[in-house]
Amino acid sequence: MSHPIIKDDEVDIVVAAIQPDLTSFMEEWRPIFCRFHLIIVKDPDLQKELIIPEGFNMDLYTKSDMDRVSTSILFTGYSCRYFGYLVSKKKYIVAVDDDCIPAKDGKGFLFDVVAQHISNLRLPATPFFFNTLYDPFQKGADFVRGYPFSLRNGVKCAISCGLWLNLADYDAPTQALKPGERNARYVDAVLTVPLKAMMPLSGINVAFNREVIGPALFPGLHLAGEGKQRWETVEDIWCGMCAKLVCDHLGLGVKSGVPYVWRNDRGDAIETLKKEWLGMKLMEEVVPFFQSVRLPRTAVVAEDCVLEIAAMVKEKLGPVDPLFGQAADAMVEWVRLWKAVESASPTPGA
Amino acid sequence: MAHPATPISPPLKDELDIVIPTIRNLDFLEMWRPFFQPYHLIIVQDGDPTKTIRVPDGFDYELYNRNDINRILGPKASCISFKDSACRCFGFLVSKKKYIFTIDDDCFVAKDPSGKDINALAQHINNLLTPSTPFFFNTLYDPYREGADFVRGYPFSFRQGASTAISHGLWLNIPDYDAPTQLVKPLERNTRYVDAVMTIPKGTLFPMCGMNLGFDRELIGPAMYFGLMGDGQPIGRYDDMWAGWCTKVICDHLSLGVKTGLPYIWHSKASNPFVNLKKEYKGIYWQEEIIPFFQSVSFPGECTTVQECYIELSNQVKEKLGHIDPYFEKLGDAMVTWIEAWDELNPPSKATA
Repeated sequence: MSHPIIKDDEVDIVVAAIQPDLTSFMEEWRPIFCRFHLIIVKDPDLQKELIIPEGFNMDLYTKSDMDRVSTSILFTGYSCRYFGYLVSKKKYIVAVDDDCIPAKDGKGFLFDVVAQHISNLRLPATPFFFNTLYDPFQKGADFVRGYPFSLRNGVKCAISCGLWLNLADYDAPTQALKPGERNARYVDAVLTVPLKAMMPLSGINVAFNREVIGPALFPGLHLAGEGKQRWETVEDIWCGMCAKLVCDHLGLGVKSGVPYVWRNDRGDAIETLKKEWLGMKLMEEVVPFFQSVRLPRTAVVAEDCVLEIAAMVKEKLGPVDPLFGQAADAMVEWVRLWKAVESASPTPGA
Repeated sequence: MAHPATPISPPLKDELDIVIPTIRNLDFLEMWRPFFQPYHLIIVQDGDPTKTIRVPDGFDYELYNRNDINRILGPKASCISFKDSACRCFGFLVSKKKYIFTIDDDCFVAKDPSGKDINALAQHINNLLTPSTPFFFNTLYDPYREGADFVRGYPFSFRQGASTAISHGLWLNIPDYDAPTQLVKPLERNTRYVDAVMTIPKGTLFPMCGMNLGFDRELIGPAMYFGLMGDGQPIGRYDDMWAGWCTKVICDHLSLGVKTGLPYIWHSKASNPFVNLKKEYKGIYWQEEIIPFFQSVSFPGECTTVQECYIELSNQVKEKLGHIDPYFEKLGDAMVTWIEAWDELNPPSKATA
């Protein structure tokens, strides 16, 4: 069975510039990124000028661009990347944090993160039944004995969640308890996260089909005192849980596994611990909520699903903490923006 | 978990039985000797009971052939398959241990990417003795493995995990494909070593392969019935599948975990795809109804033990799958017979809550 080819010009690479000097980051990624169009979004809180090396096909967006589009959505810190998602005109997005570089195999060759994400998005996902040999569409693998034949076509993969070597995406307490622990285990697999299974969707190394799931990847849950360390954020975890619900409802797949990036050491987990880790407390509140969400059959596109979830968040989680009410408002505003941007310049048909 | 510098007694030496169904020979045990010798073996000899199956010297074992099965179970022996590796579940029935590791006689020691021999048994034990995480998927797989942990965003309230009932291992070399896939890809070999153990999420079914499997007999044993297969039955090569679906829905109901991934064994023998096709073909289209059945199974709140769940399941099998083929009526009855045999051989005073 052949699966659609994804061309380079269908892909945007989105990078959130949280730090001003992108030279070493861009040079490390040059062999992989050079073929693609890049969207670089500067954190509105960043005062210094960005330093970006030459030779890339790129567009840069800054605070003034964001202010023109919306003043109510917070595009600060890591959330500035969502602006890139919004203005992209491509079908697929690959996003990588600016403290990550390509991972290398045992022989020193770079793992091509973009190619792997594209492969994950291109090949079907299998959310309805677990394949014990992981992705059955990968070369050298297949569906195992006992896998129902009617489920072997799979479904479209909407999101590809990559992983990280070296500094894993732990929360601050975990990293503080194990300050020396680094992820050295390369797990050579990608698999579909099953239907109804909840997961923490990390924004550090992620790719998605913007056309089908773009509206569900939004900047919603902002913590007070949110800083410039991933330990201090849950924005990606929040929209990731919503996005997984949307995918489950729409019959789309979410994959997790390869590709890996190498995440540089940065920050101090113990310092972060000193701040109130509100994000983790909030996560405990939301799990029962997400377990109970049922989306109506009338919600057939991501925009509709997000609006439904926003209403439920406002009603059920708003009373728990005002941050959820604000998140719900942001979700509604995001969908409005998304529709406005899409109608102004619709992306080419699939 | 730190490893002690001095060797200690093999883990679970007196609490684990290794169950091996065989119709051929047990030569494969020689390769496993360094890992298996400390443990007690239960050999279930399928096929001709007059044939002598030689167990290599130095192993502590009990061996049961068909005559033994008939003698021990009497009329209930009808639930134990003949001429099919499904007969292995007789070994689960008669074991007196808490844990079981079962392996096929064409499975050998595999090597990890560094070239080191893989102690599959030790890995299964590790999987069973550490919690599972069925309620929320961890993107770094088993968080209890050395060098891993729960990722950012993983709710703290779920980090204690659930007890692990089943450890499902994988295979390098000959992959466990069905007959049609074998026919299309006769030369495909599984060469990818995926260095992960993970929990299969609650609510998700999977195809459980019985050739490299560990489980906690006290937690899930009564549901590890491998069905009616082989001689006199319309279907084969669905024994482990059936046990896997039954045990998974029960594990989900009782909040027990099922892990899959490491360890790998080396699967050496490719069975004949045409023979397999004859055995499987009914299963291939029956499963299109069986799977939705299992996906929608629910147990009433009163079912709090594995046996209760299993009896309830047997009723639902007869009621909802009976229309497919009379086989399912027989199977439902056999499931009840199995529980009766289980309770007889494993009296309640020995069962743990």
